Formats: sequence, structure tokens, C-alpha cells
Amino acid sequence: MFKIFWQAIRQLSGDDAYERYLRHHAQHHAGDGEPLNKKAFFKKWQDEKWQGVKRCC
Amino acid sequence: MNTLLKNTLWIMIAVLGASAVSGIALNRGEPINALWFITAALCIYALAYRFYAAWIAATVLMVDETRATPAERLENGSDFVPTNRWIVFGHHFAAIAGPGPLVGPTLAAQFGYLPGTLWLLFGAVLGGCVQDMVTLFLSTRRDAKSLGQMAKDELGALGGTAALIATFAIMIILIAVLGLVVVNAMKHSPWATFTVSATIPIAMIVGIYMRYIRVGQVLEASALGVVLLLLAVAGGRVVDESVTLRVLFDHEGLTLAWWVMAYGFAAAILPVWLLLAPRDYLSTYMKLGTITLLAVAIILLQPDVKMPAITQFIDGTGPIFGGKLFPFVFITIACGAISGFHALISSGTTPKLLSNERDIRMIGYGGMLLESFVAVMAMIAATVLDPGVFFAINSSAGVVGKEAVDAVAKISSWGYPVTVEQMQLLAQQMGEATLFARTGGAPSLAVGMASIFGSAFGQGMLALWYHFAIMFEAIFILTTLDAGTRVGRFMLQDILGNKWAAMGQTSWLPSVIFTSAVVVSAWGYFLYIGVIDPNGGVNILWPLFGIANQMLAAIALCVATGILVKSNKAKYAFVAGTPLLWLIIITSTAAWQKLSSDDVRIGFLAAANDLSTKLASGVLPPEKAAIAPKLIFNFQLDAVITVFFVSLLWLIVFDMLRVCTRYLMGKSVPALTETAHIPSRLVEDWVRD
Repeated sequence: MFKIFWQAIRQLSGDDAYERYLRHHAQHHAGDGEPLNKKAFFKKWQDEKWQGVKRCC
Repeated sequence: MNTLLKNTLWIMIAVLGASAVSGIALNRGEPINALWFITAALCIYALAYRFYAAWIAATVLMVDETRATPAERLENGSDFVPTNRWIVFGHHFAAIAGPGPLVGPTLAAQFGYLPGTLWLLFGAVLGGCVQDMVTLFLSTRRDAKSLGQMAKDELGALGGTAALIATFAIMIILIAVLGLVVVNAMKHSPWATFTVSATIPIAMIVGIYMRYIRVGQVLEASALGVVLLLLAVAGGRVVDESVTLRVLFDHEGLTLAWWVMAYGFAAAILPVWLLLAPRDYLSTYMKLGTITLLAVAIILLQPDVKMPAITQFIDGTGPIFGGKLFPFVFITIACGAISGFHALISSGTTPKLLSNERDIRMIGYGGMLLESFVAVMAMIAATVLDPGVFFAINSSAGVVGKEAVDAVAKISSWGYPVTVEQMQLLAQQMGEATLFARTGGAPSLAVGMASIFGSAFGQGMLALWYHFAIMFEAIFILTTLDAGTRVGRFMLQDILGNKWAAMGQTSWLPSVIFTSAVVVSAWGYFLYIGVIDPNGGVNILWPLFGIANQMLAAIALCVATGILVKSNKAKYAFVAGTPLLWLIIITSTAAWQKLSSDDVRIGFLAAANDLSTKLASGVLPPEKAAIAPKLIFNFQLDAVITVFFVSLLWLIVFDMLRVCTRYLMGKSVPALTETAHIPSRLVEDWVRD
């Protein structure tokens, strides 16, 4: 129960974004070269997240 | 559970809801417990979600759980990601719920608790939730396209352009009015000013921490930030009590307004990781945490609502903003009942995460129900105050007089007794110099929240709770301000990029500086006028914002109605068409009154003429005469903006009607752009990661 809650918090905040990216990469792009390192991924992820309307009144 | 048991349960919920609603509606003259509001809200939400929303999803939209969503089809690991529905719900709610549902109900409480509460409940279940859910559905069926793009594809170029302009305009007015709310909360309050200013370096520390020190450790960094924020609230008291430090943070409204503009400009230019992203984390935690705390406190404490059900101000003479109950309660409470801005999140952003169409009801309809509930709690927090105190905090000096003695005499003469001593004691308890004429809604909400928290969790810390509430409001108002300025900048760069390609490059520094400066000057102008206006600019700016937001909602509902008709579902078009009709009526009436009313507190032109006459005849005192020309120009400008908004609204309504009529007559219309049915490959109980 606590584990599920903690997982949800991590996912909502983006704390586990890199782990999910690595999993996605391994599943779908295993042949397309090495995945980004954590720093490069985090930079890309953060920049993409803030394109467009993200917050309301 | 068998059917009989289920039916009995729903009948009981219906009976309970009906008695709670009639309880709050028919109660006169004596305090009523806040639990009635919570009960009425929860029963209505449950019924609407179970029956109306389910019917819309199944019969009108025909959501199809076997159909692959854009998140599945276009999955790319970064923005298109099929996500657990609770996580999507969390993201969606955090994105749609801002300061709007807190400020609107607080201002509308001048009519009494009843009109605002009823509009929050019924407006949400019949209007706002439907808009959010239908828009989410339509965008999901169109590769997560934005509202503007859908308007363009489905109605024509006119609709698309109108949506784009409306979004830009609403952003400018929204930021100005929110900036004004923060300025009024910080005015001559060293404690609040220190705490709010401290959120900026704290956000930067958090940003640097997760970018360079412990890369990507979002939760660790956020926990650090939350601790620092709480320290900043406590530290404000030290600043307030220190003779040398307090002068550094004790400022006039105008000075603070310049700082807010400088801040907005800096935030639009600085990289997102340094300020915007970390501030957003902090504000999201604060928002969710404080709202939960407020709900718990209200349920534990069960405070009595002291405001009458209906006040005499429904006749249009209200001290907070001028205008009769109809249409102004529906304009003042936009977010919480129906908010056009949500259509921008429901299209484009949320569909990219949606893993299955069957979750559309929970996320679109349910997300808005929760926002409506937040607004009901804000209404409770405003109305648990003594009405005299509520009006003393929220009435501007231009209405009740500058001197405390005059203000209390005036407010007491309305039948809401309040004394100078009472206000002084309250200000002292809250750690403020004065609470008179602290317009904008934030201070009175903070006093209401502080008294609820204080009674539930310890009376001794009232001042801390008050400044915590101010910090909580300010932090996500500033997030909206940052994010809005940046979005405005991107939109402007996009528009200019059509004429001059270099301007369209979002990273070209001259373009960044130029467009940011244009956007900041646009909202900065309205903020400036709002601060120098002796009647408190909220009276002007909030209705303008309400009209703009409802207009955007009307555009979203036009797109929805048009698509329903084009999908051969004309007999169900009323689902979107009825709230649309209501929005057209209220925005057009409000706009008409704002233009033509003879009352100087309602009509922009009447106010401009009145001030011109007074200026010409020399009856104004010198300090008022000095700013009069600016105010006159502003009133005229506001009139032009109102005409512009309402013309835009009618233009798109006629465009939608034109498309619908042509379709029904069998003539050619823009084709439906729904993507083809591709079966979902995600199994029934797919991995919940």
C-alpha cells in the first residue's frame, strides 16, 4: 500500500522519469544506440515539459 | 452489490443532496454549518458523475475503450506516454487548479453565500465539467491537437484565429489581475513581502539542486524547498519585528507593482530550470497540501457560516465590485464553475498521457468536480468571517473612506456591524499593521483560512497561519504569472515569426527580450492602472477577466457543438449547446452593462465621462486630478476591449451556426478530422507503471 503510494508520488513529480525513460529505451529503441545519460535526459525532459500552456488560472 | 441495494444507495444520496441544497437555500437569518455545503457539494457531484457524465460518455461521445489513444499510437517516451489514470488525474488537476477558484468565490461572497455556491455546484456539473470532458475527448480523437487547431480544422480559419487571439488576450488580463492580487497582499506588509520575495531564491536553490547537485532528484529537491518555504514564513516574523529590516520590505503598492513587472520579465527570459520549473514543483505541493489541509480542517472544525444567504448588494451596489447579481455573479465566478482556460489543458496537454478513452470521464469531468470543490471551500473560508470584517477587508478606500472610523461607520450602516477595535485586534493577531481595504481577495481568504486552521490546529499561531496562507496564494499566483508571460512570449514569437522568420526563433536573444518586454508591458499597464486606481483595480479587472475567460469557454463549446452536429449527433448537441447559450447570455449582458450602464461603478464610459466632467470643473483634489487623465484613458480602453471580446464571441458563434446549418442542409463543410480507429494493443489490465 505504502509502496504504491510512494510510486504514485514519484511518478507524479517526475522523480522516476529517468528510470521510465531507460525502460522505454530498452523496450523500443534498443537498436538505436546508447540512451542519454541522466543529466542530458533531465535537461531535455525539463525543457520539453515547459513548452506550451501548462498552468491555468 | 445487487441492483436493489445500489438503487437504494443512489436514492439516499439524492435525498441527502436535495435536503442539503434546500437547507442552504432556504436558511435565513441564522448561521448555518459549513458541513451542509460540503454535503450538498459531494452529493451533487456524485449524482452528476454517476449519471450525467456516464450518459454523456456512453451515449453522446461513445467513448471506445478498444480504440488506441494518441499516447499509445504516438508514444515517444517523453511527451506522448500512456500513463496510469490516477497519475494523469493528478497532472490534469494540478494544471487546471490555480488561484482563480480561490479568488472568484471570495469576491462573489458580497452577494451572500447562496448565489455563488449554487452557481459553483450547478455551473460545474452542467457546464464546466462537460466542457473539460468533451474537449478532452475531441482532442484525444484528434492526435492531441490544441483547441485553436481544432477550431481551425473543424469550423474554419476564423475560429482558429479567434481562439488564438482570445487565448492571448485572456492571458494578459489574467496576469494583470493576479499581479494586482499579490501586490495588494504585500502592500505595507513587511512580513508578507519578505516571505513572497524569499520564494524566488528558494526556487532557484531548488532548481540548481536538481540540475547540478543531485541531477533529476526531484523529490529530494522539492522537500528541501518546502522546508525552506516554511522557514521563510517563520522568518517573516523576525523581519517584521526588526526595526532595521522591516523598512527594506515595507513598500507602497506602486513600488511593489514595478518589482512584480521586473520579476515577470526576468522569469520569462531566465531558463525554465532555474526559476519556472522548480517554482512550479513547490507551488504544486503547496497547493495540494494546503487544499487537503483546508478540507480536513473544515470537516474537523465544522465552522458556522456567518454571512447571510443573500445580501442587499444583489441590487448592484456592492462595495467589492459594482453590478447586479445577474449577470455579475456568473462573471465573477468563472473558475470553479466553468473556465475556458481548462480547454487549453484538456486539449493538447492531457490527451498525450491518456492511456484509454474510458478514463476521459474521470479525468475531464472528475478533475473539474474537484476544482469546483476547492472553490466551494474558498466560499466557506470567505463566509465564516463576520460579514462586517469581510466587507472591511475587501472594500476599497474609494468606496468606504480612507479613515478607519469612516469605514466601520459605513459598513455598520449596511447592517454588518464591525468596530475599529475589532479590526485592530484582528490585524494584530494576523501580524499585520492593518486589514482595512486589503482588496483582491487574498488577504480575506488568508484571514478566513487562518481562523479555520487556527481553531482546528491551535489558536496561538494565527499570524503564522495567515502568512502561510498568503505565501500559499502568492506562490502559485507567481507561477501562473511566470508561465503565462512565457506562453504569451511564445505566442507572440510565433505570430511575428510569420512575418520575420528570425523573430520566430524562441532562443534568439533579441527576439526573446523584445517579445518578453511587449508581453510584460501589456499586463504591466493594466497592473499599473489597477494599483493607482483609488477604487481598487479589482473592481475593473476581475469582471474583464471573467468575460474573457467565459468567452474562451464559449469558443470551446462552439467547437464541441459544431463537431457534435457534424458527427450526426445534432439531437445531443444540447449537451454543449445549453451551457454555450448560457455563456452567450451572461457574457453579452455583462459586456452590454459594462458599456452602457449609467452607474459609474459599472459602466466604463459612464466612469470616463464622469471623471472628465469632474476634471474639467476642477472639483478633484490635486492628487486625483494628476492621475485622472490616465484613468479616463483606461476606462475608454477597457470599453474598447469589452467590445472586442464580445464581437469575437459573436463572430465565432455565427461561424459555428453557419457550419451547422450548412451541414444540416447537406452543403459542404470542413470534414471531420477524427483519426481512424486503430485497435488498442494495451491489454485490459495493462502494466500500471
